[in-house]
Amino acid sequence: MNINATLIGQSITFFLFVWFCMKFIWPPIMHAMDVRKKQIADGLAAGERGRHELELATKRATSDLHDAKLKAGEIIAQAEKRASQIVDEAKDAARDEADRIIAAAQASVGQEVVRAREALRSQVAELAVAGAEKILRREIDAKAHADLLTAIENEL
Amino acid sequence: MATETLTSSEYIRHHLTNLTYGKLPDGNWGIAQNADQAKEMGFWAVNIDSMGMSIVLGLFFLLVFSSVAKSAKQGVPSGLQNFVEIMVDFVDNSVRGSFSGKNPLVAPLALTIFVWIFLMNLVDLVPVDWIPHLAIALGVPFFRAVPSTDPNITFGMSLDVFLMVVFYSIKMKGLGGFLGELAFQPFGKAGLPANLFLEGVNLISKPVSLALRLFGNMYAGEMIFILIAIMFGAGVGVGMFGGALQWAWAVFHILIVTLQAFIFMTLTIVYLDMAHQAHH
Repeated sequence: MNINATLIGQSITFFLFVWFCMKFIWPPIMHAMDVRKKQIADGLAAGERGRHELELATKRATSDLHDAKLKAGEIIAQAEKRASQIVDEAKDAARDEADRIIAAAQASVGQEVVRAREALRSQVAELAVAGAEKILRREIDAKAHADLLTAIENEL
Repeated sequence: MATETLTSSEYIRHHLTNLTYGKLPDGNWGIAQNADQAKEMGFWAVNIDSMGMSIVLGLFFLLVFSSVAKSAKQGVPSGLQNFVEIMVDFVDNSVRGSFSGKNPLVAPLALTIFVWIFLMNLVDLVPVDWIPHLAIALGVPFFRAVPSTDPNITFGMSLDVFLMVVFYSIKMKGLGGFLGELAFQPFGKAGLPANLFLEGVNLISKPVSLALRLFGNMYAGEMIFILIAIMFGAGVGVGMFGGALQWAWAVFHILIVTLQAFIFMTLTIVYLDMAHQAHH
């Protein structure tokens, strides 16, 4: 337990060891640890960012889907409206056409009726005259009864 | 090993004698053959055992840590690198917690102190007779295996810490600032002698307390191991009791070994922090 030159030896050794540690041990280890710390932090941040992006994308997808549904509903409603419109238009057109056809038919029927009546009237008159002629040829003078005959003919 | 040829006091004395190299009484340089010879060598002698163990352990620390430093991977660390990084991180946290200034020396200094002193103290857990007996078998008369039980070693380290404290005090505050702190605090200019005395004691007590705390703890621990070892020679019953005691003390000593290394490191950081800060 004597104090001797070991003291100085230990002092010098200590200084050398500390110097060596400061020069060759501490900086590379700290550097490696810092780099790794940064890598881990970056990785965690990237993971967090990815999760956030996924969340955003999910939200966007949901809203897109919602929009699409709305739009589809709108389109369907529009189409239905248009279809009923077309049907209505078609009905109107058909009704008009029908009315026109009916009117034309009625007109032609009327014409036919008039024509037939005219024909019949003249034929009946002729027949009546012919019948009357046959009767009167034997009984009366045609000239004497002409007024009567004309009156009858006008009544028909 | 208390045998018939060796009394207890001789046994203890043998365990407490360093392997000292210096000038022998006959004028030649050589290894002291007993404690008295070692004492007569005076200051210019070297304790080969504590010096050697200290250097070997320090080199072991430097080799292990520098091998990791050289191959330090930035990816996932494994095995030894993991362990080294835990130590570095632990020391780094201690320094960050206690040292407010900016000095690239402090953290490596703290790491060296902690690991080196821890390794030196750890030799205390090797059963006290193993290394000296090995030394005797190799023809070496004495061998104190635990360097931190040699005050030369602890004072050698605390002296360096003291020099650094003085150096950084002067570097940060200037010579005038350093001397002013010694002379004009805490009582102002009027109480200069009292100030010098108080601050002087304060300054000197730092290295002394550092060295004596470590030395005292380890010396006492070693002493208890030696006393327990004496019991092994005193019959089967006492020997077994001694064995149990040895185990219990060794377990407790693991705590002391770590704690003393930690205290030395922390106080060094604190002293250097004080050296970097101006008093208000």
